[in-house]
Amino acid sequence: MSAPAGALARFAENLRALPRTMRASVVRSGSPRTDRSRSSFVFGNLFLHLHAVRVHRWTLRWATTWGLGLMATSTFLLTLVTGILLMFYYKPYPDVAYESIKDIHFVVPTGQLIRNIHRWAAQVMVIAVLAHMARAFYTAAYRAPREWNWVMGMSLLVVTLGLSFTGYLLPWDQLAYWAITIGANIAQSPREVTDALGVTAWFDPGGLQKFILLGSEEIGEEALIRFYLLHVMILPLALGVLMGVHFWRIRKDGGLARPHDAEARLGPPDPETYPVFTQQPAKTYHLAAIVRGRTPQVARGPEQTLPSMPHLFYAELGVLMLSLLVCLALALLSDAPLKERANPAVPENPAKAPWYFLGLQELVSYSAFMGGIGIPTIVIVGLLLIPFLDRETEGTGEWFGGPGGTGVVLRAATFGLAAVLGIEAFAIHFGWIREWWPAAPQILITLVNPGTVLAAAYAAYSVWLVRRYDSTRAGALGLFTCFLCGFLVLTIVGTYFRGPNWDFYWSPADWPVH
Amino acid sequence: MTTTPVSVPRSRLDPEPLPRRDFLGLAALWSAGITLLFGLVGALRLPKAAVVPVPARKFRVMLPETLVPGQAFLVPGRSVAMFRDADGGVFALSRVCTHLGCLVNAAPDGFHCPCHGSRFAADGAVVKGPAPAALAWLAVTPVAGGYLVDEATTVPSGTKVVA
Repeated sequence: MSAPAGALARFAENLRALPRTMRASVVRSGSPRTDRSRSSFVFGNLFLHLHAVRVHRWTLRWATTWGLGLMATSTFLLTLVTGILLMFYYKPYPDVAYESIKDIHFVVPTGQLIRNIHRWAAQVMVIAVLAHMARAFYTAAYRAPREWNWVMGMSLLVVTLGLSFTGYLLPWDQLAYWAITIGANIAQSPREVTDALGVTAWFDPGGLQKFILLGSEEIGEEALIRFYLLHVMILPLALGVLMGVHFWRIRKDGGLARPHDAEARLGPPDPETYPVFTQQPAKTYHLAAIVRGRTPQVARGPEQTLPSMPHLFYAELGVLMLSLLVCLALALLSDAPLKERANPAVPENPAKAPWYFLGLQELVSYSAFMGGIGIPTIVIVGLLLIPFLDRETEGTGEWFGGPGGTGVVLRAATFGLAAVLGIEAFAIHFGWIREWWPAAPQILITLVNPGTVLAAAYAAYSVWLVRRYDSTRAGALGLFTCFLCGFLVLTIVGTYFRGPNWDFYWSPADWPVH
Repeated sequence: MTTTPVSVPRSRLDPEPLPRRDFLGLAALWSAGITLLFGLVGALRLPKAAVVPVPARKFRVMLPETLVPGQAFLVPGRSVAMFRDADGGVFALSRVCTHLGCLVNAAPDGFHCPCHGSRFAADGAVVKGPAPAALAWLAVTPVAGGYLVDEATTVPSGTKVVA
């Protein structure tokens, strides 16, 4: 028999060492102090290794991205956490859905705050996603080799809007019920065209879309459970997968887009910043050069890069905390709305969608199909195609880069605002074809309405820009700016200047009382 | 020993045989692809309900004696407006807007839609706004003690019944 005291002593020793050995088993690289341990801090961690180990100094400038993609991600994480918390009490059944939201708001501990944060984080997320798209567009970051990531980004935008829309029905209040009535009938609006062609009896994609969406002929328990399933399962899963691909492709496409002369623009690195590779690296990187195809560092040393830990991760944490602060402040200042219980017999007047759909609702008030499906589809397809049509290189990574640059954007903004304000003023003042000629065939109004006239004016202007500057990029800059202005003005008109019966009012104070 | 490949001209009736492994591999890929596609299409049949519970669309209504010609009677609990004209002809209009499905409100000059501003004359014809078609006229049958209205059956505009 060996001495049991020796084993006990070793046991005690191991017990004392427990915090250290446990920590070492989780974080193998030790604290990130050297280049080597900073690198393994990133690639040794499942959650961090989507990042590159080192990032270029250009990427870390605030003005490169304004942290908008990170803000979208942060707010998504906020909606995810708060959304899961809300699922503890929410019941997706028409008889009790409204009451369960009321319970969350008035009875559940912190329920009101969590619901408010969920709602505000969703709103900030939509803004961040749109602004992030504008940033990527205006810095020409969509260009090769990043075309596919632009497509992924557009898919993320569509899924984000889908999440917002499906979340809108769940409270089962008046706002929800009538917004979904309108949304479901927009899904059905291809009938406007098939009816005009007289083929609806055989070919009815609109009716099928609405039927699949609602699971029934009308909005009821089937519709609610479908929207719930989309909102808490199908769309978040799709968003998560697309986000994974989106982030991974950032690395595989060589990091963020930057101008070819980024290093000259940046100037020498701040001597306080540790540690930047020098212009003449002592090492060679032939191993990386073996890899074929597009890899970040082929034929290039890691000059001008900084370790992601701490430079990138602290910036990311900063954006996360800022997003949290913004959403929390908004949630404390303003409650998420909850109207009366859904009443299928009495429509809201006016019945308004969430603000980011009000631009579309304004277009829909001229033609259901064109405003709700036709023009949005044209815009999304156009955006998807931009990186494959613009194969130029001038101005990549620069704000408003490309032929014409800032001048084109300013003039396009002027034209875009003038066109949308002009056509809106005309349609509000003089009405449209139906008032002048009540027997007009519907297909004429579907084809010629303020929305299509505006889109055609924008398209014509951008074709002129392509010829004027002999550059696709100039046309794209003009078209994107025009549509942004159009979206902005239509959204503002829909939000602030439309009252009961969708009539135009200068102020809600002028709304008739009834 | 070295062999040099000799290109033999082949006729159309004697084609070069497809290597067996290529054929089997391609066949496996295609059958896997087609199987998955059929599986997906089959799975997508599930969300399209075959049987849908629909509330009863027929209802009986009694018009008030005081209803004056040209004035709309909004049937409580139903999205239907009924009229009796000067000759005693009775007809029913659906209040569901043909634009995006909101319920139109009765107004002195016909109907106004609260959602996107469509306006309809008292006979359902569109006079303003985005609505692509007139309000639907519904089938009305005189029965003992009133009228039977069928919301699921539309009739041509101008069809009136006299009790």
